[in-house]
Amino acid sequence: MAANNLKHALFCALVTLIISYPIIGFNLEIQGINITLTGATTSTIGMVLLAAVIVFLFQLFRDRIMSALRSLPNPLPQPRKEPMAENKRARIESWVLTGIVVLALFWPFFVSRGSVDLATLVLIYIMLALGLNVVVGLAGLLDLGYVAFYAVGAYTFALLSQYAGFSFWMALPLGACLAALFGLVLGFPVLRLRGDYLAIVTLGFGEIIRILLNNWTALTGGPNGIGGIPDPTLFGMEFGRRVREEGNTSFHETFGIAYSGEHKVIFLYLIALVLAIITALIIRRFMRMPVGRAWEALREDEIAARSLGLSRTAVKLSAFTIGAFFAGFAGTVFASKQGFISPESFVFLESAIILAIVVLGGMGSQLGVVLAAIAVTILPELAREFSDYRMLVFGAAMVLMMVWRPQGLMPMRRVHIELKKQE
Amino acid sequence: MQDLLYFFQQLINGLTIGSTYALIAIGYTMVYGIIGMINFAHGEVYMIGAYTALIAITGLATLGITWLPLVLIVALICAVLVSSSMGWAVERVAYRPVRGRHRLIPLISAIGMSIFLQNYVHLAQGSRNIGFPALIEGGFQFGSEDTFPMSISYIQITIFITTLICMTALSLFISRSRIGRACRAVSQDLGMANLLGIDTNRIISATFVIGASLAAVAGLLLGMYYGSVDPLFGFIAGLKAFTAAVLGGIGSIPGAMLGGLILGVAESMTSGYLSGEYKDVVSFSLLILILLFKPTGLLGKPEVEKI
Repeated sequence: MAANNLKHALFCALVTLIISYPIIGFNLEIQGINITLTGATTSTIGMVLLAAVIVFLFQLFRDRIMSALRSLPNPLPQPRKEPMAENKRARIESWVLTGIVVLALFWPFFVSRGSVDLATLVLIYIMLALGLNVVVGLAGLLDLGYVAFYAVGAYTFALLSQYAGFSFWMALPLGACLAALFGLVLGFPVLRLRGDYLAIVTLGFGEIIRILLNNWTALTGGPNGIGGIPDPTLFGMEFGRRVREEGNTSFHETFGIAYSGEHKVIFLYLIALVLAIITALIIRRFMRMPVGRAWEALREDEIAARSLGLSRTAVKLSAFTIGAFFAGFAGTVFASKQGFISPESFVFLESAIILAIVVLGGMGSQLGVVLAAIAVTILPELAREFSDYRMLVFGAAMVLMMVWRPQGLMPMRRVHIELKKQE
Repeated sequence: MQDLLYFFQQLINGLTIGSTYALIAIGYTMVYGIIGMINFAHGEVYMIGAYTALIAITGLATLGITWLPLVLIVALICAVLVSSSMGWAVERVAYRPVRGRHRLIPLISAIGMSIFLQNYVHLAQGSRNIGFPALIEGGFQFGSEDTFPMSISYIQITIFITTLICMTALSLFISRSRIGRACRAVSQDLGMANLLGIDTNRIISATFVIGASLAAVAGLLLGMYYGSVDPLFGFIAGLKAFTAAVLGGIGSIPGAMLGGLILGVAESMTSGYLSGEYKDVVSFSLLILILLFKPTGLLGKPEVEKI
């Protein structure tokens, strides 16, 4: 046994060296037209060797380490803990949520412009993640092209404002509905496919949309994108220094206050906040409606759900369409916030980030998803010097999460009864 | 005459690209055939193979070794060694612990692995694309210069021959060798093969290693053909190769070869007759159409949903 362990440990350490040394230990550098190869610094090579030694030691004492880890108490909340009584929990929850919403409403007036801007982005991601949560977390359909619907929402607003002069409030429902329509049209044929095929087809669809946006230069401006997207207005009041459209008044003149760029940022934040809350509430309602129950039933056991008379297509399609609808919502807000959009913003990585948020938060759990969206968006901003490592950590976190805690950090819980084990 | 030459040129370009797609597609199809999951990180393994080959070639050039056969062989060995180790490690770290869980879980783990590996190379080697030295230059030309000369370059011939050798070797390996037999047994029924004394864990590892080695060969070949590498180029190539695998019927090795060739030709015809920008659209649309109308692919076995 010991000799076997040693052999395995040596092998693992060797593999670690092979996969890390050539890639990390040498740097390709472009000098003029020539490429040169330089060795990495001693400290980098030391790190590679250290990694190999760690792998070696871990594999050598794997059994002991694993048993020691297992005997440690689990610091994360136990998924099997008895949930609180429904009415008591609901009361506490509603108080906490009201508190958070009030705080979120007044918070932007006391902090810097940059933080409010970031918070708006967080809210957009929350909307996206809540929407994707319906598709992936509740209905169990892995959608890797979710960003396509986000793009549809954003481009709908951008194009309508550019060619038809639509305002934000007119474009918002249109963008969302058009995204939902895309979801419906795409979903109809592909939802018959099994889980992993569906993932690939949605990924392909997302790429097709992006390539079309990139190449249809006459309509979308291609890689140059579309600029000059108007800001939202408040009952016809604009937030710019000067009024852009006839018939509108400007916000600071109406209220007789000095012009400040912050008004617009805070207003956008508040819009995003309200829309995110609306998204959360609507989806929360859906989850408790028969259709929400049907999503979960179908996710848990498709054959059982179908034999109980659920229509597979109708149930999946509803999840897909609703998810796409909220992506369109978020897309419109995003276009308005940026004032400029290009296909660059809608790459596959964006889909992967939204998926990572849903997975990290705990598939199906709204609170978990919201917290994960906040964490995933804000953490890289806080650790600026590590921003290069952001995606690396992301990927690793997704893998580790699936290995150790596939239910996510805050898994969805509901009142249930455990079957007693037979004596 | 000129149109015909143009057509043949596109055909040859397509077959060149297609045969490398086929090499990568083998990795997808073998893994899918055995454990029923899409190895999303396979494109990244291929990209790492290309990078390793480039590092080896540059390293040899720095040492002053330029004798072509030696350079190619050393680059090939390095690429295969690193990629296959990577394939083995990926399976060990990201897939084995989640095997047998709900279908989405290995897939998400694989996407995470793919993002991780992309950024691993990105951090180590930078995100710029790096030129791959043209080791094999020149070629044959047909037709006169003033109309349309059709050309077959030596690198294209190298790609054909290498692919042919790899495919033949793989077919022999799968049909004759002990591990190959075990692979086929495991892909038919994993549990039963386990009962009959096959070390299924080892066979699954072997599948990943074989797939990764072929991807590394493709990495070297395509790196030389396209003339540059960057950390993201594995992603699209992986997607294309997956399309090829699905097109031919996922789980079927001859299917992957056929699918790769068809996809390559379809792509180069699109860029030859329509526009190069839309070739990705064509291949993804092809993927969607195949999955909708013939999910088993051209040579795949129909899968019966068991209750």
